[in-house]
Amino acid sequence: MINSKHSKPLSDVQLRVKALESILLEKGVVDQNTLDTIVDIYENRVGPHLGAKVVARAWTNPEFKNRLLSNGAATIAELGMGSILDVQLVVKENTPTVHNMIVCTLCSCYPWSVLGLPPNWYKSFPYRSRAVSDPRGVLMDFGLALPTDTEVCVWDSTANMRYMVLPLRPEGSENLSEDELAALVTRNAMIGTAVVSVS
Amino acid sequence: MNGFHDMGGMDNFGSVVDEANEPVFHEDWERSMFALFIALIPAGYCNMDEIRRIVELIPPATYLDTRYYEKWLYAIEMIALEKDILTLDEIENGQSSRTEGSNIRPAVPAELFELAAKQRSKSKIDLESKPGFKPGDIIVSRNMHPSHHTRIPRYARNKRGVVVEDNGIFLLPDTRAHDGPDIPEHVYTVRFTAQELWGVDAPIKDSVCLDLFESYLQTK
Repeated sequence: MINSKHSKPLSDVQLRVKALESILLEKGVVDQNTLDTIVDIYENRVGPHLGAKVVARAWTNPEFKNRLLSNGAATIAELGMGSILDVQLVVKENTPTVHNMIVCTLCSCYPWSVLGLPPNWYKSFPYRSRAVSDPRGVLMDFGLALPTDTEVCVWDSTANMRYMVLPLRPEGSENLSEDELAALVTRNAMIGTAVVSVS
Repeated sequence: MNGFHDMGGMDNFGSVVDEANEPVFHEDWERSMFALFIALIPAGYCNMDEIRRIVELIPPATYLDTRYYEKWLYAIEMIALEKDILTLDEIENGQSSRTEGSNIRPAVPAELFELAAKQRSKSKIDLESKPGFKPGDIIVSRNMHPSHHTRIPRYARNKRGVVVEDNGIFLLPDTRAHDGPDIPEHVYTVRFTAQELWGVDAPIKDSVCLDLFESYLQTK
């Protein structure tokens, strides 16, 4: 799958991946259609637009929100979403007094089923190292200054639970439709490094 | 293992930089690497805990100096060798050098991929087992420093916290990562105050929650 438009020499890593892919295909360890399916799922089908839909539904449907908060995995399944790997989605609700934030300090665990694959910053050493010890400093890196009396709760994904934040519904969004609300919800707001606003 | 991957609470890595309009994959090889990695899981060659164990064995200087998907490449190459899927010569040259003796299973076809991935990655166990703790219990996490893979970060060891949730029973990564026996244990969400973890200068209301296996915890 090395792109032929690159005229520069392949790097060592590119060559190694290409060699691995060739030999695994040749030996029938992996199937080309399966590889294409996997890429299609994670590059085109899942992503933050799914999480945004879940958030907008929760903002407009209190009964859905209650179920989402008590059993995230079963509730997103109602919307045709779900994890390919056996992990459990858990949704944490922000309130006027509590701000939640998600991290995986040990590796890169992330709620793929609703947010797709993580951005580089989520997997980066600065985030993984400081999110637990200095979450407010990390939020300042994102330009978000929380009031000192807000309770910051960080969720370090050390086992099979995959966390997503249900952000606060912004003021001024009372008359928006579910689709319009979903359009306001950003990936970072669902990780907890941003808040949602009506722009 | 007290490795470099366990970086919660470390300083001096700099600011978090959010890339605008970031693509899912930055280069084509990352896309290939990701797909190969995921495709190996439903065939049942390895579990995620084994992958994590191998990534954690990357020497510290290399760990810091390699890109994210390079670590996956390293892990898959190691798994292919460990599980006798490929020989070193095959990995290096990308060409088959033998026809016998390799531990190869039929590839999972695309139409069965999602079902097989779910089954093969299963680690939540439907089992009746009396939990040792319940929400509201005060615990102290163990002061443990095993040489093997574990999922309790250093910053959360030997700390006092409160159980907030019993998430059910899962297979312990500490043995599962090493092809060891399957040990089912309850996994609890435990809340530690920021002051318990980081000292009295931490904001008084802030907290960190972790999901911890029962054997990582003891009664206070």
